[in-house]
Amino acid sequence: MATGKALRIQPQTSARAVAISALLLFCLLALPALLSTYWVKVLTAVAIFAVVALGLNLLFGRVGLVSLGQIALLAVGSWIAARLFFLTNMPFPVVLLLTGVLTAAIGTLVGLPALRLSGLHLALITLMFAGVIAIVAPTTNFPNGGSGVLGHTESSSGGLVVRRPGIAESDAAYFRYTVIVAAIMFLLALAHVASKTGRAWAAIRQSEPAALAAGVNTTFYKLYAFTLASFMTGVAGGLYAGYVGRLYSYQFSGARTIDSVTLLATVLMGGIFSLWGAVVAALLQQLLPALLQNWFAFFETNPDFLLVLFGVGVLQVLVTAPEGLVTQLPRDLRNLGRLLSRAVRRVGRSPGSAT
Amino acid sequence: MIEVERLTVRFGGVTPLDAVTLTFPEGTCGLIGPNGAGKTTFLNVLSGLVRPVAGSVRAFGEDLLRITDFRRARWGLRRTFQQEQAIQRLSIFDNVGLVQEHCGGSRGSRRRDVERALEFIGLEQLADERVGMLSARHRRLVEVARAVVGEPRVVLLDEPGAGLPDEETEHLGRVIRRIPEAFGALVVLVDHDMSLVSGCCGMTAVLDFGKVIASGPTNEVLRDEHVLRAYLGTEEQV
Repeated sequence: MATGKALRIQPQTSARAVAISALLLFCLLALPALLSTYWVKVLTAVAIFAVVALGLNLLFGRVGLVSLGQIALLAVGSWIAARLFFLTNMPFPVVLLLTGVLTAAIGTLVGLPALRLSGLHLALITLMFAGVIAIVAPTTNFPNGGSGVLGHTESSSGGLVVRRPGIAESDAAYFRYTVIVAAIMFLLALAHVASKTGRAWAAIRQSEPAALAAGVNTTFYKLYAFTLASFMTGVAGGLYAGYVGRLYSYQFSGARTIDSVTLLATVLMGGIFSLWGAVVAALLQQLLPALLQNWFAFFETNPDFLLVLFGVGVLQVLVTAPEGLVTQLPRDLRNLGRLLSRAVRRVGRSPGSAT
Repeated sequence: MIEVERLTVRFGGVTPLDAVTLTFPEGTCGLIGPNGAGKTTFLNVLSGLVRPVAGSVRAFGEDLLRITDFRRARWGLRRTFQQEQAIQRLSIFDNVGLVQEHCGGSRGSRRRDVERALEFIGLEQLADERVGMLSARHRRLVEVARAVVGEPRVVLLDEPGAGLPDEETEHLGRVIRRIPEAFGALVVLVDHDMSLVSGCCGMTAVLDFGKVIASGPTNEVLRDEHVLRAYLGTEEQV
């Protein structure tokens, strides 16, 4: 019976699993050896932002909820992680987990308006949250090993560095550690998407009234999407704290509120219907600026010019390939390959080629 | 049996349902009326998407309006919408399965329930196909499968044949007619296609401007002078 197929592992699925494992091994073993410390650091940021983008990818792509507060949640996650690192001696993975849980609680509160709002209104509310964090962060400062609730000291002797896990103190080892945590987050997302929860999200994205009529508790599943996305962003915040070592408010200041908008743009460009879109989004958000600044002096002096490129990129994707670069690029490359092979065959068949 | 008494819905100054009282006894019942008569609003009240200002709805002895919207599906109330709601990116199996699992169906019986629904509509061989790859006729049948999977008690079908050519509507009608016997559910069919309604429904109620203007055996209702005037647009004699 045809339905029996669902129980068997498809050959495509096995091939994909092998390809993904190979890619993961290449990232873990070869990349740190092949690249300089600078590029390893850039790729560590890519892995961290892939997790942040994954949260938004789930929210927007799977449930249809727009959030412009994800970078603010990253700041919250970083703050919580830094405070926990300085306050306790808990192992790194435990701090990451706890940071994820606490950030999820805050993200769930931010997601409460999503129960009544959607689209532009929800985007505005979450952007306002980002604005609030952009004000609160410089006012309270990030914990740097000081005492008290805020854990911030102005003294010149203060300012401890957030510790990294014992097995990942070097930049290369921390990159590997980050990639593994990011891979776990992607597996977590994949498990949700392929489950009852993922199907409930798909129903909500299609139509909320129809989802209700199909028995889906839309209130619970929408809020749960916010909780999960916030958990992931919190974990990313913990990784970010370990990545930068010292957290400063300018990293998440009012001027950086635009990063939440840029994140949405790159997530759209990457592709919201595939989890790989989050990886492409992180490459656009973190690797592309580094490459452009490396290649062109212009981008070094005008880093915000990238926004113009992103604007054009979003327009291109929305008009020609709403499923994003993750689908468009392979398709266009296939078409190009076909065109080239046809052209080569034509040249081979032409009379002049016989001589 | 569904018993509706003095059901009233108001949207500001508009009254799409005005003290509607009717009974759907068993089998497949029709609900017809011109555009804007209040048919979809009526289904929306039953599914909990619209809250009435007055009136009651009892289904198999239970007060339907007291059940939370999404829990009504678990109770056994299912429906389709005028616009297709099957999710294009998911397979037929997952589309039907999501209704089963969210309507209280057990994980153990999921495969059996979904396969039964797919066999009922005759698409069991296409279970793993994505809905987006299907023809309009097959997509409409998937909507029906989503409405009958598990243990439905009341199935509301809102223009299930919209956009289908005549011969495909006939096939859909044959499927709809078998629902009460196959699943023991009461079916309420809303449609503009008179051949579909008369072919499927033993009794039919007619709404016009939010009021019931006729109710009874379908062949009698379709000949009713008020219905012909209101629904089919017969000119009044001067």
